Amino acid sequence: MGIRFILMVNKQGQTRLAQYYEYLTLEERRALEPEIVRKCLARAEQQCSFVEHRNYKIVYRRYASLFFLVGVDNDENELAILEFIHLLVETMDRHFGNVCELDIMFHLEKAHFMLEEMVMNGCIVETNKSSILAPIQLMDKMN
Amino acid sequence: MNPFSSGTRLRDMIRAIRACKTAAEERAVVRKECAAIRASINENDHDYRHRNLAKLMFIHMLGYPTHFGQMECLKLIASVGFPEKRIGYLGLMLLLDERQEVLMLVTNSLKQDLNHTNQYIVGLALCALGNICSAEMARDLAPEVERLLQFRDPNIRKKAALCSIRIIKKVPELAENFINPAATLLKEKHHGVLITGVQLCTDLCKVSEEALEYFRKKCTEGLVKTLKDVVNSPYAPEYDIAGIADPFLHIRLLKLLRVLGQGDADASECMNDILAQVATKTESNKNAGNAILYECVETIMSIEDSGGLRVLAINILGRFLSNRDNNIRYVALNMLMKAITVDAQAVQRHRATILECVKDSDASIRKRALELVYVLVNESNVKPLTKELIDYLEVSDEEFKGDLTAKICSIVTKFSPEKIWYIDQMLKVLSEAGNFVKDEVWHALIVVISNASVLHGYTVRALYRAFQLSAEQESLVRVAIWCIGEYGDMLVNNVGMLDIEDPITVTESDAVDVIEVAIKHHTSDLTTKSMGLIALLKLSSRFPSCSERIKDIVVQYKGSLVLELQQRSIELNSIIAKHQNIRSTLVERMPVLDEATFIGKKAGSMQSTVSSPVGASINLPNGVAKPSAAPLVDLLDLGSDEVPAPSSSGGDLLHDLLGVDLAPASKQSGVNHSPNNNGTDVLLDLLSIGSPTQSSSSLPDMLSSSQGNKTPVSPLGLASPSSNSIQATSSAGAAPVIDLLDGFAASTPKHENNGTAYPSVVAFESSNLRMVFNFSKQPGNPQTTVIEATFMNLSPNVYTDFIFQAAVPKFLQLHLEPASGNTLPTSDNGSITQTLRVTNSQHGKKSLVMRIRIAYKMNNKDVLEEGQINKFPPGL
Repeated sequence: MGIRFILMVNKQGQTRLAQYYEYLTLEERRALEPEIVRKCLARAEQQCSFVEHRNYKIVYRRYASLFFLVGVDNDENELAILEFIHLLVETMDRHFGNVCELDIMFHLEKAHFMLEEMVMNGCIVETNKSSILAPIQLMDKMN
Repeated sequence: MNPFSSGTRLRDMIRAIRACKTAAEERAVVRKECAAIRASINENDHDYRHRNLAKLMFIHMLGYPTHFGQMECLKLIASVGFPEKRIGYLGLMLLLDERQEVLMLVTNSLKQDLNHTNQYIVGLALCALGNICSAEMARDLAPEVERLLQFRDPNIRKKAALCSIRIIKKVPELAENFINPAATLLKEKHHGVLITGVQLCTDLCKVSEEALEYFRKKCTEGLVKTLKDVVNSPYAPEYDIAGIADPFLHIRLLKLLRVLGQGDADASECMNDILAQVATKTESNKNAGNAILYECVETIMSIEDSGGLRVLAINILGRFLSNRDNNIRYVALNMLMKAITVDAQAVQRHRATILECVKDSDASIRKRALELVYVLVNESNVKPLTKELIDYLEVSDEEFKGDLTAKICSIVTKFSPEKIWYIDQMLKVLSEAGNFVKDEVWHALIVVISNASVLHGYTVRALYRAFQLSAEQESLVRVAIWCIGEYGDMLVNNVGMLDIEDPITVTESDAVDVIEVAIKHHTSDLTTKSMGLIALLKLSSRFPSCSERIKDIVVQYKGSLVLELQQRSIELNSIIAKHQNIRSTLVERMPVLDEATFIGKKAGSMQSTVSSPVGASINLPNGVAKPSAAPLVDLLDLGSDEVPAPSSSGGDLLHDLLGVDLAPASKQSGVNHSPNNNGTDVLLDLLSIGSPTQSSSSLPDMLSSSQGNKTPVSPLGLASPSSNSIQATSSAGAAPVIDLLDGFAASTPKHENNGTAYPSVVAFESSNLRMVFNFSKQPGNPQTTVIEATFMNLSPNVYTDFIFQAAVPKFLQLHLEPASGNTLPTSDNGSITQTLRVTNSQHGKKSLVMRIRIAYKMNNKDVLEEGQINKFPPGL
């Protein structure tokens, strides 16, 4: 298992989407999230996108007002995760058209469905944007 | 009806939550919503089920408890429609986890859905199962998943593959069922199936040796070919990232090849060519390309040796390291850490660049680089590397100094080529970042200084200079105070000048100034101040001209609110004022601290010494004896009767003071291993002060030994006398101390040897030496025996540095008094005598027994003699 959690956070540090692939209690999450969010948000733009926190390595990337934070194992390829974040954003862009915080908030379930098609149990399932979005578009058509 | 497109209430809730200005407001909104959802659930309201669950997911994301919605998920999953199932499964994955028993209820629904005719529903079930399945579910549903690995739609096959990973991790013995289907997946063309199939194989290799062998034999070639195809594939827009076809697949393939190649020369050989191709042909101007290169380097480093490839890999890392992009540099450092075990030489070549990274503005990079430098250091490069690190210490961020200091200290200690260099570096670190230095580190420094007798003068002068510049660094101040206290005379007289030093002019009062400044500095803590007072006491004897001034300084603390300081001040003041005649002996220089003992103590052997009051007295660096665990126990025991009255704490310390029991001499005075727990120290002092009777009641015991039977049965360690090592002060009650000293100054204790006569015994005899014991008892104290040991030299040589040590079992208590001298002339010209007092708590039941050790120098050669004495006359 490479990816341990994915967080989307706005620049005020509020969580907008959280998906964990390992079990953490509610209390652990509530303790962990603010810590890593604070750490990542405090970093300057030219600094590297990797932060070590406890036994996690966090790969993060900022898109406008939204931060994408991915917690990974220590032996995960950090650069690949960075590329994965970009892929995630591009996929969301294709669906929402320039994705923003509000899209994710008000379509939380769709964001989750997309993530589901991309990552399962911490592993990458699919990297083809059309394949990722096909089930979601199908569902939209049904309505 | 889709609850999300038309469910204004969900939007309303999100808006309401967003509008909240404070956490309290948010909590109130959430509480209200939760109440509404609960009510709706209780009414079994079908229409709002989705909407409720959607809200719950949002609330859950914010970190509020949502367990009451779990059953709703199950109901949704069990419903017929796809949209309901979809939201139900999502809720299942978010709100539940494998540890909840509710999950068991879902197994049946999952089984049905895995067999559903609608492939999207099958996909949903697979996804949920892959994310949350427990071991039990894995056993129940593995056959379904196995079957789905051959499903006609690739989108189902890929999910089934990942689901299998979860299953084999939960139940490793199921792995063998998946080996064959997994191998089939590797032949697929569909990228999604391929990437998940590769991941499944990688995980199978981790849980099953059999799988690893199988894939190694059967699949290595196929995987190499697949990688080749991917590398050379024509442009495929859907998988293309920066001109590279599916970098994610590249990376997974490289990872699996790494697992297969590790420890297997044939498999490694097979992948050589393609690795070389990836390493040379991949574009390195985009992140995606670099991600592949990074993975490729790691694979090259892990598989069996192929010199050419390794060179290639190290070169790539070199390029990474000089990249301007911080991300690339970070991974390069990460990789070099792994490469160091493979090719340390190659990594050493990048030392300069790595050192630059230690100074980077980016904390993540600094941390990686520092760890790398730490493993790069060896005997040959320790000097330049340390210099760089220490130079950087001056300008580094405050929050980085802690890490950096710890690493520098560790490097310096581990690799220091010579003592003077070690001392120099440590002084630099202390001056720059003394506040970050751990106690053990400066304790260790003092031990080293103490052992480097030729450097005493040099060190104390260097410390004096350093103090002038960095008086705010507490641990520097402490070391400086200690050294000035001990070697103050060398500071003033420029004793032991080294060629590299410039002479400095320091007057006696300058030296006292340093300590006065340190004591009065507002940031100095209790330890520093106490050390300062002791140093002043020492100086008062070394610099008679400053004696009055020192007395004035010491007296100021008589009214200190800190009990420890007040007590010390009173004690020291009385020594200065009333005991001129013994002061110089009291404040002799500390004996050389034993490095081996210190290291042993540091390793945590404290408990072994706890049973012996000698070893257990924790000493502050200036020879301030501190009772530690054992005396504390004794003190507490006092309340619980039975134990003979006077405490060993008070007694021993007073003994120390008098020099009657010279026990904590060189051997035991592992001086600064003390954890310096001021809290406990003070507490202990409090205890000993609160029970002054103990101290005073043990007084006659010491002076006349008339009450020796009252001393507690305390197991002794080695008791070794050394006439020049007297523990300076005690932390026992003040008044008894003064009394004691008065008594002592007036008349040295005399032992009236008018007890029953016992025959003399030749206790020990070797070719060089004879030791004769004369015994006597004091009236009214049958337990205590006074032994007068006479040492005779049987050789024609004079013995110097003569030390006699003795140890006794626990039921005995032993006090050694100072020997008549430490030089043993030839037999015609005299002998050494020394008095031992042994208290036998089992008097009449057990007879005396003693183990001895005699160390001396003959013709400047160390001689050590040991023996056991059993032939004591009966009745002692």
